[in-house]
Amino acid sequence: MRSLAAVEAELDALAACADGPQAARSLLALAEEVLEQWIAARGEMPTGEQREGFRLLALHRQGAQGEPSFNACRETCREIAYHYNLLCLQPDAQLDAQRQRMMAMLAKHLTLFVGGKMQSANLGEFCCSSRALRTASS
Amino acid sequence: MANQDSKQKYDRVAYYPGCALEGTGHAYNRSTQAVGKALGLELDEVKNWNCCGAMEVKNVDPKLQTYLSSRVMSIAANEMGAKVVMAPCNGCYHNLKKAEHDLAHDEGSREVTERLSRKAGHETYQAGQIETIHALDWIKHGMGEDELKRRVRNSLKGLKVANYYGCMYTRPRHIFPEKDQGPGSESTSQPHFMDDLLAAAGAENVDFALKTACCGGAHTLSDSDISTKLVLNILRAAEAAGADVIATECPTCHSGLEMHQVRAEKVLGQKTMVKMLYFTQLLGLALGLSPRKVGVHENVSESLDLLKEKQLA
Repeated sequence: MRSLAAVEAELDALAACADGPQAARSLLALAEEVLEQWIAARGEMPTGEQREGFRLLALHRQGAQGEPSFNACRETCREIAYHYNLLCLQPDAQLDAQRQRMMAMLAKHLTLFVGGKMQSANLGEFCCSSRALRTASS
Repeated sequence: MANQDSKQKYDRVAYYPGCALEGTGHAYNRSTQAVGKALGLELDEVKNWNCCGAMEVKNVDPKLQTYLSSRVMSIAANEMGAKVVMAPCNGCYHNLKKAEHDLAHDEGSREVTERLSRKAGHETYQAGQIETIHALDWIKHGMGEDELKRRVRNSLKGLKVANYYGCMYTRPRHIFPEKDQGPGSESTSQPHFMDDLLAAAGAENVDFALKTACCGGAHTLSDSDISTKLVLNILRAAEAAGADVIATECPTCHSGLEMHQVRAEKVLGQKTMVKMLYFTQLLGLALGLSPRKVGVHENVSESLDLLKEKQLA
């Protein structure tokens, strides 16, 4: 499995890739890979299922099981899916470069967030919500 | 839009500034009070308030945090007779809402709160006695965009703003039952109240994909590098979206963005130019208040030149 730093470097390169839909597919795959790493690090098998048409969202849900503070990246994952849809389903010559750049930044944010989570996984709480509440809501 | 009932309800509210607004977030305190005064919305500070339990107490003993937050609500409801308490800090707002939820649904929390309240000598707070709101709700529902537009004396026109809500304002969803209730209510996935208010003041809101992204606030002390990288990505995304300013509505997010902008330049050699201002500072400027009156001089992020360029100072 690649390091998250290697994933991050690839994300930066994809931000400026000329083929928008291809870049979107690659960025989505990298975001999935990042979540796979989190799930595998917790000793689980990453799901092959989809939610709302995206494996990324199913992986996020799996990654947040028993770890509700992981929901701090839920909207980041949803934004990645949204930008993927924009780039692949509603191409726009004037807007696509910006959308692609933003999708790369979202994927990078997810990578940094998961990297932080993995580093501190044994150090207690990462985020600020109450553990009891978040456990109850998961 | 604000209806007559909510206008009346939010005309005068109990004000819980919380610890951060007396320290690093003092500019938020100053600008919130100044905007309230300018709009004719009254704030009665909660007497002898205490810390809401923040993240420190909550991580050690969540029920103790519930009690600490309940004491603030008890004083506001039982000693001041308030129906609404407003907390401008996302952390305080979140904790009061969490305490409200715990007291309504968890017998253990009720028992601890009852015991500690008796020991401390004040009435026990009962779930449902008071409504907790954020500063965004207060202005959005207490004033409304139409009325705000009428009162603008110095439009924010030409100022491109990325609205940053952070990850605590809407999460976890179940402690915010009033959100996601259709038109007029706040959305937990795409919050928009700050966008609405600043647009009413003339600002041009940019499409900002990281508006609810985590800034790594909890990592600030244990691993500053992670926080710096997360913040740097947020700042760059705002710049890529064309923003001159990131508008904030939480003192912790705000100081995190400011401090890590400086740190990113010093430690990583990555300079970003986007400025940070509290949404209340921007509203205050639009209402014709001076930069000093809304505490621009108290921010770490130096924005006076930009404000002069945009004829807001």
